Amino acid sequence: MYGFEALTFNIHGGYLEAIVRGYRSGLLTAADYNNLCQCETLDDIKMHLSATEYGPYLQNEPSPLHTTTIVEKCTLKLVDEYKHMLAQATEPLSTFLEYITYGHMIDNVVLIVTGTLHERDVQELLEKCHPLGMFDSIATLAVAQNMRELYRLVLVDTPLAPYFSECITSEDLDDMNIEIMRNTLYKAYLEDFYRFCQKLGGATAEIMSDLLAFEADRRAVNITINSIGTELTRDDRRKLYSNFGLLYPYGHEELAVCEDIDQVRAAMEKYPPYQSIFSKLSYGESQMLDKAFYEEEVKRLCLAFEQQFHYGVFFAYMRLREQEIRNLMWISECVAQNQKSRVHDSVVFIF
Amino acid sequence: MEYIDRLPAMDLMRSEKMMLVQLIIPVESAHRAVSYLGELGLLQFRDLNDDKSPFQRTFVNQVKRCAEMSRKLRFIKEQIHKAGLTPSPSPAPQPDIDLEELEIQLEEHEHGLIEMNANSEKLQQTYNELLEFKMVLQKAGDFLLSTGSHVATQETELAENIHVNDDYAETSSLLEQVGSNFQEMLPGPSNQTGVRFISGIICKSKVLRFERMLFRTTRGNMLFNQAPTDDQILDPATNELVEKIVFVVFFSGEQARVKILKICEAFGANCYPVAEDTIRRRQITREVLSHLSDLETTLEAGLRHRDKALISIGFHLAKWMNMVRREKAVYDTLNMLNFDVTKKCLVGEGWCPIFAKTKIQEALQRATTDSNSQVGVIFHVMHSVESPPTYFKTNHLTNAYQEIVDAYGVAKYQEANPAVYTIITFPFLFAVMFGDWGHGICLLLGALFLIAREKKLGSQKLGSFMEMLFGGRYVLLLMSLFSIYCGLIYNEFFSVPFHIFGNSAYRCRDTTCSDSRSVGLVKYQDTYPFGVDPSWRGSRSELPFLNSLKMKMSILFGIAQMNLGIILSYFNARYFGNSLDIKYQFVPQMIFLNSLFGYLSLLIIIKWCSGSQADLYHVMIYMFLSPFEDLGENKLFWGQNVLQVILLLLAVIAVPWMLFPKPFILKRLHTEISRSVIHGPWNL
Repeated sequence: MYGFEALTFNIHGGYLEAIVRGYRSGLLTAADYNNLCQCETLDDIKMHLSATEYGPYLQNEPSPLHTTTIVEKCTLKLVDEYKHMLAQATEPLSTFLEYITYGHMIDNVVLIVTGTLHERDVQELLEKCHPLGMFDSIATLAVAQNMRELYRLVLVDTPLAPYFSECITSEDLDDMNIEIMRNTLYKAYLEDFYRFCQKLGGATAEIMSDLLAFEADRRAVNITINSIGTELTRDDRRKLYSNFGLLYPYGHEELAVCEDIDQVRAAMEKYPPYQSIFSKLSYGESQMLDKAFYEEEVKRLCLAFEQQFHYGVFFAYMRLREQEIRNLMWISECVAQNQKSRVHDSVVFIF
Repeated sequence: MEYIDRLPAMDLMRSEKMMLVQLIIPVESAHRAVSYLGELGLLQFRDLNDDKSPFQRTFVNQVKRCAEMSRKLRFIKEQIHKAGLTPSPSPAPQPDIDLEELEIQLEEHEHGLIEMNANSEKLQQTYNELLEFKMVLQKAGDFLLSTGSHVATQETELAENIHVNDDYAETSSLLEQVGSNFQEMLPGPSNQTGVRFISGIICKSKVLRFERMLFRTTRGNMLFNQAPTDDQILDPATNELVEKIVFVVFFSGEQARVKILKICEAFGANCYPVAEDTIRRRQITREVLSHLSDLETTLEAGLRHRDKALISIGFHLAKWMNMVRREKAVYDTLNMLNFDVTKKCLVGEGWCPIFAKTKIQEALQRATTDSNSQVGVIFHVMHSVESPPTYFKTNHLTNAYQEIVDAYGVAKYQEANPAVYTIITFPFLFAVMFGDWGHGICLLLGALFLIAREKKLGSQKLGSFMEMLFGGRYVLLLMSLFSIYCGLIYNEFFSVPFHIFGNSAYRCRDTTCSDSRSVGLVKYQDTYPFGVDPSWRGSRSELPFLNSLKMKMSILFGIAQMNLGIILSYFNARYFGNSLDIKYQFVPQMIFLNSLFGYLSLLIIIKWCSGSQADLYHVMIYMFLSPFEDLGENKLFWGQNVLQVILLLLAVIAVPWMLFPKPFILKRLHTEISRSVIHGPWNL
């Protein structure tokens, strides 16, 4: 019932919303980041994190630490929290929570397929997979030779199956069409997620459509920039854009014909929300674009917590934690490689 | 007023008087001084390095070392737990050990344990492989025998796409790779027809998906046989027994073979080659069995060795953990201290109750002499503008009550502490609700049991529920005593009344009323001496009578309790010299409460004493609805109408009096203060 979530939301969602808001208050603050950025060694980072919610996850790690261990343990915490929430959730929240992981699932599929293409060991690849995107038969992906087999053997059992309808070809797998597959899957996923949120209605639909639209637009821009100078035709590029979002449909027409970064910029600056992002960048530069987009995303995600009685907070929390883990990974890498001058380049403060 | 001034000081109710002290400790005796103070537990250090992050502080390395040591101890503890042993303190007294030595020992122990684990894990893995091989040999052998005919039919089916066995040698070598460490295994192909098989073992939970996947990859051109194993296999990663299933897949074609092997790998299924020849199979089985028994003895010896090592560590574990934890706490505290300019002394500030001054000085003196320091610790009192922390001295009995009160909010420094009253009121109010001397006796026995075993229970770690019970054992004791008392008043023993205090005051008018208990009773002697007359039990008016009694009693208690709270707020306001609170909070609150609910209590008491039939609901409701109307038969005393109007007026006046003046006065004071601060320097 639109607008009346407050009446009934807490029957099923109240407990979990409280949980997720509690989790959110455990996110690292700007003061934490400032302290972390001053660390000299990874042990210092561990010591600082031991005073935060990551403490119990890191306390049993023996001393010569590696960045991967820190990231792994931090991810483990996120996964534990996710599993706790999923176990407590009822419909439709549980479906919503599952939707959040599909993106990781797509990334994992692509990772394994690309890895086997380059003849990497499957076990080694599995370790690199994001634990949130694991599914039962993921290791069998290595058996498949082309898209059709990929679908027929493995993915038909996964939630990704419906998204695959556009990519079933008998072509052998190569880097190019794997990348196209990733984007086609992602497009189908985002559209499906968007439809699902619209179906839920209320504040969830309102907030999630904003967040997902931003995600779709960001992907559109990234696809455009990455496909400049490749053999991808305009029509193919156009097909990879999701059919919703602020840029849909006229922005997509313009992005589809872009030949260089400045044209992308010209196309994007017509949209006020993105104007501010691009205005921070100097002309011809695309390096800092990622960070600018991340900052904007974090800002929007934090705003999701300003309203009550909707599912957007779960999505927002998961994304914020992932951003936090990315931050920690960057800081740890900088510290480990003695590149402390670059530590601020990629860290996005959450609060 | 004078009378109140002459009241004795409320020592029990106020938190301890605190003072801010500064310690200047020479570096050489700092560690000892802090650890002595820690044992004393009467000084709360202030963090003087608040602006520094944890890894920028002075003793960060020592803290790290302690953290590392406690990590190792946790590792050892986990290992002991995993091995199914319980660490117990050793019967013989152990020599004291200093931290450096402990660090080295722990390092050695950890290293040894890890090595032992790695060894036994390797052995365990080989053992598992052999065990699985044995199972596969047994089960798959049965299949091969029994499905011989089946295979024959398959052969004809697959006749058209038979591959000639040109790659016979290659296949066998590949299978050899797949197979374990056995050289003499036979090639898998069954015969010249090209139907081959792969046999192996897989977790039971995965078998369905595995079969489906095989079916899909080979497009149905395969035959899947499975049989559960007789024993469960120990998974070395999780240390749990897993059920496994032996399978044999029959298929044809080289491509299918590669795919099936890949799938086996993906599902974590271990493939073992099985010879088709029965004699050969028996021979291999024999060999496997002999290897298995060898390994078993080696494994057991390894386990015994490890257990022995773990037990010997287990003797000291508790002591070491305690020691490391103390050490870490000491360094954490030292990190709160500042170095003075000369770098030879540490400067610390902290709060301590005034009575503890001599004890602290003694401890510091002891630290100085024990560490042979030439300079003593300087201890002096400082002035502070901050409000000191609240510290209540508690004992076994009062601690639980203090915790109950603290759960609602900790009193400010020197504020009246309601926990003192709670010691009686809390159990009493409990008993008013649950008065039953039968239940009370049960509760009393439980509480006495907890108190009798206080020493033993207090030293061991209890579960979260037991801990709560144990912590509140004196609360339980008082609750049970009051419950017995109230139960006697209610005359209830497991809800059954007893004639404890003599016979009932009522009896039947004649002999016919033995079963009709509600009518025909006459009072023939004095009122029942203590509590409720047992005759009420089972009578038709039992519920109205008891409910009315208990409800009215509860109202009286409730209002008395509220009055007590408000009066306490008066003493607080007096103590802190806050006339604002008295004038605009205490007085109107008192008036409001007592003009409405205090009046109700008065009515209840009058009704009880006079035996009137007045309806108090009616009186209270119509006091608001139509205050000027005549009370009629509900009138209890002369002048009641006038009194009611006056009380109502007072209550109406009290509400705005209570709510409005105080915030405005506070705001005015605030603006005045800030203005004087702004203009302050100029006025000087």
